[in-house]
Parts: sequence; C-alpha cells; structure tokens
Amino acid sequence: MTVAIDRATGKVRGERGPRRGPLKRLKSSYRKYWYAYAMITPVVIVLGVLVLYPLAYGFYLTLTDANSLNTARTIGVNEIEATYKFIGFDNYADILWGPTSYDRFWSHFIWTIVWTAACVTLHYTIGLGLALLLNQKLRGRTFYRMMMVLPWAVPTFVTVFGWRFMLADGGIINAGLEWLHLPTPLWLEDAFWQRFAAIMVNTWAGVPFMMLSLLGGLQSIDASLYEAAEMDGASAWQRFRYVTLPGLRSVSSTVVLLGIIWTFNQFAIIFLLFGNTAPDAQILVTWAYRLGFGQQPRDFAQSAAFGMLLLAILVVFTSFYRRWLNRNDQQLAI
Amino acid sequence: MSTTTVSTPASADRPAADTAPPRKARRRGESGPLASLASHGILIAASLIALFPVAWLVFLSLGPDKDDYLHPGGIWSKMTLDNYSFVLQHTNFFHWAASSLIVSLGTTVVGVMVAATTGYAVSRMRFPGYKKFMWLLLLTQMFPIAVLIVPMYQILSELQLIDSYLGLVLVYCATAVPYSAWLLKGYFDTIPFEIDEAGRVDGLTPFGTFVRLILPLAKPGLAVAAFYNFITAFGEVAFASTFMLSDTKYTFAVGLQSFISEHDAQRNLMAATAVLVAIPASAFFYFVQKNLVTGLTAGGTKG
Repeated sequence: MTVAIDRATGKVRGERGPRRGPLKRLKSSYRKYWYAYAMITPVVIVLGVLVLYPLAYGFYLTLTDANSLNTARTIGVNEIEATYKFIGFDNYADILWGPTSYDRFWSHFIWTIVWTAACVTLHYTIGLGLALLLNQKLRGRTFYRMMMVLPWAVPTFVTVFGWRFMLADGGIINAGLEWLHLPTPLWLEDAFWQRFAAIMVNTWAGVPFMMLSLLGGLQSIDASLYEAAEMDGASAWQRFRYVTLPGLRSVSSTVVLLGIIWTFNQFAIIFLLFGNTAPDAQILVTWAYRLGFGQQPRDFAQSAAFGMLLLAILVVFTSFYRRWLNRNDQQLAI
Repeated sequence: MSTTTVSTPASADRPAADTAPPRKARRRGESGPLASLASHGILIAASLIALFPVAWLVFLSLGPDKDDYLHPGGIWSKMTLDNYSFVLQHTNFFHWAASSLIVSLGTTVVGVMVAATTGYAVSRMRFPGYKKFMWLLLLTQMFPIAVLIVPMYQILSELQLIDSYLGLVLVYCATAVPYSAWLLKGYFDTIPFEIDEAGRVDGLTPFGTFVRLILPLAKPGLAVAAFYNFITAFGEVAFASTFMLSDTKYTFAVGLQSFISEHDAQRNLMAATAVLVAIPASAFFYFVQKNLVTGLTAGGTKG
C-alpha cells in the first residue's frame, strides 16, 4: 500500500539526487507536498473556526464564573455588558473535590462508566450473536436483517417516545408484567429502574449498528479458512475461537471504540427518556447540559468545565486504547 | 490470520466430511434441523423486539384521546386517523419539516463538499503531520456535545445567529466535516491506486486526477457520507433544542418534544407526528442502509 501511495505523490522523483541544503530541502518538500496541504486546507479551516476556536473559548469560560446572569445579553433594547470575572481553576477544583462533589460529579461519573461498560458489552455480544446467526445460510435472512435494522433506521428521537409510552406506569410493559404476575417497577420514576430502562433502550437502539458492522466483517472472512479448519477437525467452538474472532479483530476494535465514544456521549436517549426528572440516571453529558441549559441561572462556566473533563477522559482513554491495540499488533480501521 | 491452510484442495464430493464419523456430513453454513429451528426462533424473537416499539407507536397514534396509551385495548373500537389530519392541518408540521430539511441538507452539502479533497489527500498522500492530522480528525469524534455547546451558544449569540438555520448548520458542520473526511478516506482507499498513476502518466496534476478520475468513481462513497451527515443532522437533539427558539423554526426533534409541556401532554398527536416523521426517514434509510455499513467499515473489513 505504501509503495503505491509514494508513487502517487511523486516521491520517486523527489528521491533523485543527493541530499541538498536545508533551504533546498524545504523548497522540495513544499513542491512535493503542497498538493496535500492545499487539499486538506478546507477541513483545517473548518476545524479551526468551528472546533478549535470554540474549544479555546470554552476553556477560557471554564476559568471564569460565567453564568446567564453575568454574560453579555440583550433584554429588549438594553445591551448588558458581561460582568463575569476570571477565577482560575476554581471550577475544576470545585467539581472534582469541592463540597458535595460526590453528588454533583463522582456519582454521575461512576454511573457513566457503568452505563458505558454495560451498554457496549450488551451491544457487542448481542450484535455478534445476531450477526453469526444471520451469517448462516438461512431461509429469510434478508427479511430478518431488514427487521432488525429498524431501531437504527427510525430516528432516535422518534423511538424514544415510543419507549416512553411503553414504559409509563400503566403502559404496555407494566400491563404485561402484571398479567404475568410479576412486579411492576416504576420505570420512569424509581432511580434503579430508570437506569435499568436507560440501558435497555440504549441497547435496543445500538445493537443494529454493531450487528451490521460485524456481519460485514464476518462476510469478509475467507471461507477457505473455515474449510481448512473443518478438515483439521476443529469443532464449532474452535472455529469460532481461532478463525472467526481473529478475522473480526480489526472491525471489532473499531466498532468497540466508536461504541464506547458514542455511548459515553449518548445524549438523546437519556435526555428524551427522562427530561429533567431523573437526576440519578443522568450521565455526565446530560448533567453538563443540565448545568448549562436546564436550570436557572444557567451555569455556563461549570457546564463548560464538565465538558472539558469529559473530553479529557475520552482522550486519555482513546490514547491508551490505541497504544494497547498497537502493542497487540492491531490497527484501528477508521 | 496465519492459520496453516491444508494443502489438499477441497474436491467436489468432499471426502473430508465422510472421514469425520462422529459429526454429521453437511456443508459449511448449513446446520441441522434443530439448530436451524433455534436460529429461526432467536431471529424471530429479535425481529419482534426490534419491531415492537415502533409498531406500538403506530398503533397508539390511531387512538383519538391523549391518554389512550394507558388503556390500549380501547383503541381497537375507535381507531381513527384524526390525529394525522389534525397534525397536518393545525400544527407547525410543515414548518418543522422545512426546518429539518434545510438544516440537514445544508449540513450535508457543506460537509461533503469541504471534506472530499481532504479524504482524498489523507487516502493517497503521506505528508509531514499526517498522523497528527488523522488524530485530530478522530479527536473530533470524541467531542461530547457538552464541550462545544456552551462556547457555541456564546459565539452564536454574539453573532446574532441563535435561532437561525445558518447557526445550526455551522454547529453541525463542526462534527459533520471531520466525520465525512474519515468516511471518504475509507472509500478512497478502496479505489485502486493504479488509476491515479494512470492519470499522472497521462499528465494530469493531482487535482486533475482527483476531479476527473477519482470523483466520478467515488460517487457511491460521496453518497454514503452525504447520507450519514443527513441522518445525523436530522436526528440531532441537543443543539437543536437549545439554539432554535421560535416554534416555526423547530426541527422535528424539537417539535416533537413541544407536544409535551408541563401543563399538557398531547400524546396522541405526538405519536401521529412521530409516525409521520418515521415513515419517510426509515424508508429512506432502508434504501441506503447496506451502503451505509459498507461505507463505515470499508477500511475495517478489508484487513
């Protein structure tokens, strides 16, 4: 692959001749790569203007005590100047070890970790199981696949409302449980069952993507490997363990990373399922949103600080994940 | 993947199956009747679970009263399409549809156009800073909305762009553009590099190669990126709820929530609107879903 790439950029021409002076080299490097830089410029500009600038501005806000009462705003015809002031790292200190920091940050932090781990594990195992079933020569498997993609096809904000109707006290789920003489939990009110319901809905919504990705991975595994394994007398489990799983490695590592990032940042499901009613089921993202926009006065500074902490957690996690993959001689597919 | 491959070529009558007496002789991928029954059972159950919440929403949307969801048995006797006609005639449904389309299409067009050349560059060229740039693109995937929403709100309100389509499009582009570049890189990687070389031999510049040879070949990949951007922007909740203030500019994601306020919950109308949104969205999705997955995992399934 690399060979073709180098040829495509004209590296062969660049390699001609002995090593030259620094200015010449800079010039030739410019001549060699200016196409690449010109081509990535639009995205660099967009990233700079729409991502990095807001990020820097957000970081600045975390060092202040900005809220909706002291930022610049317009009431009627009156322009009110911003009056917030610089307070250094107090916001971070307050969030991480200030009074009641357990209730405001650490309890949500723990729940976010549990939520992410539970959801991604369920997504992956159920998705893999269904993908394996769909990968068999089976009558009607196209039909099954179409049906099971449905949760992904319908926009989340629509399906979550469907779930709300079902989970409501007196909704179909509790009616069914009552019919079976099972206990009927208050799904949308009781703290434990709120969390349970959130995981359930998110699992339902997230499995199709995993299933389809892993199905794609399964179909790309060379069939002759299975034949060879079968001839060697490998059992079904051994074929799964030594052919299927290694064949899925690069797809798995990618979808698991994406799954973790998406679940960690999953906003819509919890926000739409509970609105402002369930403080215990809020993960860090929805909690940060609530600080910034779901209360009065809006605490912009703390909300932004939560955001920065979230980003930091994800960056650290992804770095370790990549390093771990590299050590295992595996590449991230994306 | 370095499993030692047996050198014996598999012959047509498959003697291997006969030489393994304890196991039944059947081809790979076919399973016994019991196993196949179990597979069907599980798949049927999974399909029902996948289908049910959506089907239930459709069913409830036919009940005329807002509390019908609590006693659904009664809906059978008084099924009606009144909710639908009410939603279409007396709510902001078409305003919301227009907003959703404007914002989603705007994001799609900008996202794909801006990202296309970058996807090509990172697919074909290894320039100094390549790794850092790719890391930056991946990094933007990790942005929790909480990181951008406060600063974006402040910046947009300074620019008077709160409650405007342009503001929302700009916000969505922050995630759509890098994501499109990722997707397109995966697709460009699948186009043989020999085509580039042929173009170069014929005297085209890299830009010329890209525009004349690669772009026409990459239409399916561009379509995949466009679909993704459209779907993501269409379904986004947090920014839309925060930045759109007037109810004629709501997108569907916000409009649906507006049926349930503190004082009143018009659940029947909400269900009907949800169905009206879900039908075109899922029909559209079904046409593209196979391409979507291939596009997303293009790089992954190759290795």
